[in-house]
This record gives sequence, C-alpha cells and structure tokens, in this order.
Amino acid sequence: MDTYPRQYLYRRVVRAKLFIDAQFSSAIDLDNIADEACFSKFHFVRLFRSIYGRTPHQYLTDVRVRHAKDLLKDGATVARACYSVGFDSISSFTGLFKRRVGVTPAAFQQTQLQKQAEVVERPSKFVPNCFIEKRGWNE
Amino acid sequence: MITKLNHVSIFVLDQDSAHDFYVNKLGFAVHTDASMGPGKRWLTVTPPEQPDIEISLMAIDEGMMFKKEAAEQMRELVKKGTFGFGVFECNDLNATYEELSAKGVEFTKPPTKEFYGYEALFKDDSGNWFSLGQKEQ
Repeated sequence: MDTYPRQYLYRRVVRAKLFIDAQFSSAIDLDNIADEACFSKFHFVRLFRSIYGRTPHQYLTDVRVRHAKDLLKDGATVARACYSVGFDSISSFTGLFKRRVGVTPAAFQQTQLQKQAEVVERPSKFVPNCFIEKRGWNE
Repeated sequence: MITKLNHVSIFVLDQDSAHDFYVNKLGFAVHTDASMGPGKRWLTVTPPEQPDIEISLMAIDEGMMFKKEAAEQMRELVKKGTFGFGVFECNDLNATYEELSAKGVEFTKPPTKEFYGYEALFKDDSGNWFSLGQKEQ
C-alpha cells in the first residue's frame, strides 16, 4: 500500500466516505465499504480512522443519526426516522440517539418543532437587531 | 469586555444556491432560515464543530443597505472573487480537498505547503474565496 501515491490512497478513502454518505440507509457493512475503496478491511479501517478520527462504522452511525435528526425536524415519527436511516430497532435507535445527542428522539423533535414555530411567528427573535435596522426589515 | 464572535456575514449572489453550497457541499448546518417578509430572508449556517458561530449568507439587495448602483457594484465585486471572507480549518487537508473537489467545489489552489503551513484555496458558488488549512496535529 505504501507504494501507491498518497493522493491516490486519499481518493479511495474519500470514495468510501462518499459511498457511506450516499448509501447510509441501506444495510451496508464494512466489507461493502472496504470493497468500495479497494482496500483490505484492516488497511481501510486504519487509513479511514487516521483521516476522519473515527472508524467507518462509527462514521456510518454518525451519518444515520444526522439524517434521523433531519427527518425528525421535518415531523417524521420516531419509527419512520429510525427505519428510514437504516436502523432496525426502535429501542436501539432511541438509546443510541440519546447517547449521541443527549436527548431522546421525541424530545429532540419537540424542541425543534417548537423552535421552527417560533421562527415563523417571531422571526425577529432570531436576527440581531442591527441587521434588522440596517436592512430596513422593521418597516 | 468582548468575549467571542458569534455572527459573521458573507455576501452571496443567491441565497438558495448558497444554501445548497454551504449545506450540501461544505457540510454546514442550517442554524436559522427565517422569512422577514416578501423577498427578505435571514439565513445562517454553522460549521460542523462550531454550532455557536452563525455565518449569515446575506443577499445583496437594493434597499436600505445598498442603493441600486451600490448593489450592482457589490454583486460584480463578489462575482469577480474580490472578497475572501475567512479561513476554514479541517482535520486532513488532502482528504477534504479530494472530497470537496468530488462534490464540485472549485479550488483555485490545491493543497500547497507554505511557510505558515499547508493551505488550499476554494471559491463558493458566488465567487467568494476562502483559505482552507489543516489543523495542527
């Protein structure tokens, strides 16, 4: 592996990361991801971790949680968010979400929907007044 | 006493296009996307590890801030790449360069060793340029 030009190796790992970004909701596993990068599993995990500070599996989980948050913000049920992003158990998803985000999916959604309602009803609460005045948005 | 910066502004030619660029290509999160009335939009995004710094993607509209001629001049200046609004940081410059390039971000300078460290330069969808450096290990 050390005989390959460094940038070529980077391109392959990035390709695997982009594969995770695109296919996160599918039942992908490390073998799929390592194959995508044309590496052995051992070398792939080592190189991925050195670049992204996380294993490919940890990164996949991060991507799934991030997308679940987006779905919850859009009003999806917890079940729909869970299954849509590739988790197969609501209880596992809820536990993992709470460990990563600090609150349950339901509590997260409630806070986000409340904020969204406030942004619509009182948008000026979220804009520094200097910008409102400079742009004439208070007229 | 000033303790920190919490808002910074970047002038953009189109807020929808800027939303797509900063969120889908750079990976930033939307902090606030509020309508302040017809044709008036307050849009801020945050970098992944700095959720408390709001980057306001500001439209260049004729109004109180810009008279008509000034707005046109400002748009031309932005389009020409006059403004460099800041320096971003990443964990791995080579990997970030490859990923952003694959997503269609235009780099005007690839990762290059300078006396102050490794740096690349890229442009946003409006023409604004940014330095991208690698965090010290």
